[in-house]
Amino acid sequence: MKYEAVIGLEIHVELSTRSKLFCGCSTAFGAEPNSNCCPVCLGLPGTLPVLNRRAVELAVMAALALDCSVQELCRFDRKNYYYPDLPKAYQISQYDRPLALGGGLDVDFPGGTRRIRLERVHLEEEAGKLIHAGDSIMNAAYSLVDYNRAGIPLLEIVTAPDLRSGKEARLFLEALRTLLRYTGVSDVKMEQGSLRCDANISLRPPGSGKLGVKTEVKNMNSFRAVELALDYEARRQAEIMERGGVVVQQTCHWDEERKVTVPLRSKEGSADYRYFPEPDLLPLRLECSFIEALKNELPELPQRRSRRLQEQYGLEPREAAFLTATRETADFFEAAAESYSDYRNLANWIQGELIYQLRETGLEISAVDPGLLVELLQMLDSGEINRPTAKELLPELLQSGTSPLLLVQKRGLGRICGRAALEPLVERVLAENSDAAESFRQGKEKALAFLVGRVMALTGGRADTGEVNELLREKLSPSP
Amino acid sequence: MELYELTAIDLSRLLQKMEVSAVEVVQSFLDRIEAVEPYIKAFITLTPAEALQEARAVDLKRIRGEPLHALAGVPVALKDCICTAGLRTTCSSRILENFIPPYDATVVTKLKRAGLPILGKTNMDEFAMGSSTENSAFFPTHNPWDLERVPGGSSGGSAAAVAAGMAPLALGSDTGGSVRQPAAFCGLTGIRPTYGRVSRFGLIAFASSLDQIGTLTLTAADGALLLALIAGHDPLDSTSLPQEVPPYAASLEQSLKGLRVGVIVENCGEGFDPEINAAVEKAAHQLKEFGASVGEVSLPHSGYGLAAYYLISPSEASSNLGRYDGVRYGLRAGGENIVDMFSRTRGEGFGSEVKRRIMIGTYALSAGYYDAFYLQAQKVRTLLRRDFDSAFKDFDLLIGATTPTPAFKIGEKTEDPLQMYLCDICTVNDALAGLPSISVPAGLHSCGLPLGVQLTAPPLQEGLLFRAAQALEQAQGGAPARPLLGPPVEGGCLE
Repeated sequence: MKYEAVIGLEIHVELSTRSKLFCGCSTAFGAEPNSNCCPVCLGLPGTLPVLNRRAVELAVMAALALDCSVQELCRFDRKNYYYPDLPKAYQISQYDRPLALGGGLDVDFPGGTRRIRLERVHLEEEAGKLIHAGDSIMNAAYSLVDYNRAGIPLLEIVTAPDLRSGKEARLFLEALRTLLRYTGVSDVKMEQGSLRCDANISLRPPGSGKLGVKTEVKNMNSFRAVELALDYEARRQAEIMERGGVVVQQTCHWDEERKVTVPLRSKEGSADYRYFPEPDLLPLRLECSFIEALKNELPELPQRRSRRLQEQYGLEPREAAFLTATRETADFFEAAAESYSDYRNLANWIQGELIYQLRETGLEISAVDPGLLVELLQMLDSGEINRPTAKELLPELLQSGTSPLLLVQKRGLGRICGRAALEPLVERVLAENSDAAESFRQGKEKALAFLVGRVMALTGGRADTGEVNELLREKLSPSP
Repeated sequence: MELYELTAIDLSRLLQKMEVSAVEVVQSFLDRIEAVEPYIKAFITLTPAEALQEARAVDLKRIRGEPLHALAGVPVALKDCICTAGLRTTCSSRILENFIPPYDATVVTKLKRAGLPILGKTNMDEFAMGSSTENSAFFPTHNPWDLERVPGGSSGGSAAAVAAGMAPLALGSDTGGSVRQPAAFCGLTGIRPTYGRVSRFGLIAFASSLDQIGTLTLTAADGALLLALIAGHDPLDSTSLPQEVPPYAASLEQSLKGLRVGVIVENCGEGFDPEINAAVEKAAHQLKEFGASVGEVSLPHSGYGLAAYYLISPSEASSNLGRYDGVRYGLRAGGENIVDMFSRTRGEGFGSEVKRRIMIGTYALSAGYYDAFYLQAQKVRTLLRRDFDSAFKDFDLLIGATTPTPAFKIGEKTEDPLQMYLCDICTVNDALAGLPSISVPAGLHSCGLPLGVQLTAPPLQEGLLFRAAQALEQAQGGAPARPLLGPPVEGGCLE
């Protein structure tokens, strides 16, 4: 490869607070336009911001989980610009004294695990949403604005230029999403816009310490789009350089339809946001005790937990990684493992049937009693039910929460066993298939398998083939 | 003597003894307004019906024996940058000409809860930017002492209303002197409290790190009562101070013995009207007679204060005023597209002084200029704070002139913004340092206009300021002089 891509990401994540960053309005998604607004988040004259304590706590937790150094003193600044979705004509953000500096996230790439360093993490407020009657604000007949989102707390995470491909960017984002969900800092729903990502990308000869001219890529609305857009942009820059051209520093939009990056018309000069310290808020001093308390509130982080699950339960890395992808799944596994010791079997059932059925039924794993699955597996292990029955029971088990033992009794799904239950069925099969019976008597062992199959069919698969086999042999053997 | 000639305390006593009703008190002020407002033009909006209604409610409560605040039934006028729910709040700007806030400022909530009838909203320099009230988008206000002169600014409407007997109490706002300078020009007591002492919630912002609501009253005692009512921590204002508010009025009579008073050498002397210098000297002497010691003190960096103030305040203003874009409320001028609408709305909605300051502030915050202007000004602010800190090691109270001259003529300085800015030379430094500062009447100039001296105290020492102010009142023989208060046809001032 002639060039190496150098990629840094700027990620905005919506924090899962109930109220906005500077007022008490709800952050609920999907409300009637302009119904979650008040004089403060509408920026009416004379109103003042009051910082949401929970937002600070969540931001600090995210910073701790990302191994950042949380600053004892940080500050809010105003980022000034005019746009109709920005009620005060400035966004309250953090500029030169962010909440946290440094840190990083270890990401499993195909070539091995690598630490992607972070530059900073800071808090800021979200803007409103515009809908244009036309294709842009400059030529629309009119534009509608919804301020429900204005003032929702955002965490901005800026990485160092440590990523080398679109795929690496996607893998990093997936790892970040897992971590943020895990810590409960954000629910990270991309379709609701609660995670957004812009990227800076440049090329250089592999191994070179210098950075090339970068472009900024925006409007990537999914992790897949990030991967495609960055790979496309890297190719575009490479082609320019191949031709002996020069990459121009500019902002590009990812066109999802055409799968290309489109340079935006360069504006006269770069934007000057006239940052200055927000005089309506005091500098934020975070006491050590406050940070320590949040450290204790942090759950065991996914990578560490994955390693522990491997050691403690003898799971394969893949299994452990799957179980720790969400905190709820791992919690479910560990709760079930307290009373069920075939851990690999448990992990397999969770990964396979349970997740499948949850997806089918739309249930959350956190709503399921791990004891029910354990009971089901124990019945399976003891032979009270067989595997197809267990699978059949699972959906109802999940939806009703009824004990599998009761379900089996109620639906008559228990195993059919014992001479008394099986003998009539065996007799019936022998009567209906006298040819096959005769073949067996004349030494064709294969005929027995056919007969076993018929009996099993009559029981709906709920008999034990061994027992059926034995009974058939007994009936077919010459009378003493 | 008419009711409208009385101080708030005197009215309060009459009301509490039930010698007069709140309705009678309010009616007296409404009559006075009807008589002299056409000459003074202190109010943008009058609310006589609402004031009478509140007065009736207070009277009823008093008859029922319900507990009432000492100032219940004593009416008040509000500067028109203080938001009142359901009542137009214009900031004397075309851009907010029809703006009706859906909320009360915290101070208004407190006034309403205490039963003070609101007479109306007073004129001011647009967005509080000015020192003469000539920058009002609607009309200038006249000084009751001489109708050809300005009442000062930016709280000129509030000052003129109290001086002319149209309201016994008024609230103003002080960013760099906007309560104290009009108090001096109109012969009133005007206090700018410690930054954070009074909630700014509902005060339409000019320069957030400097804005404070203050009181304009006839006497120190009136000011002590009114400030105690509006001060205090407010969860809606993160910069408001948590400390309890002491009952300022209770300590007014305490002795000044042993008090160390420093005369700020930069706030008098050369460049000041000699009669003002004499007034400062006299006031210092009077405090000495009450047992205080007097010395001189220098604030070495005070010469940079005005420049720093005229960088920091426009910088913050350029950001605070960005929201007036025609999208959500206030004036909206049509336009070809959004940028055109923004430009035309702001072009038509703001007056020239506001535009000038937005431009200065935008420039001072711009990349490449920030360090040289805004940051440098903030450094001056730190140096000024240190100057004051060191002055307060040797002194308990500082004294100087409030203004270099008495009230000037309407139109005299409108062509020269720099001359106008120089009016704030003595008042900006305390504001930059966030200190409490009061302008106290100090007799009359030989030309018949009132003079003011300014006292400055360490943070949260408002009680001390009122005490010293009351002592100066007593030394001058009781309640300060008033402009001729007779009916306009007979009075010399109101012809």
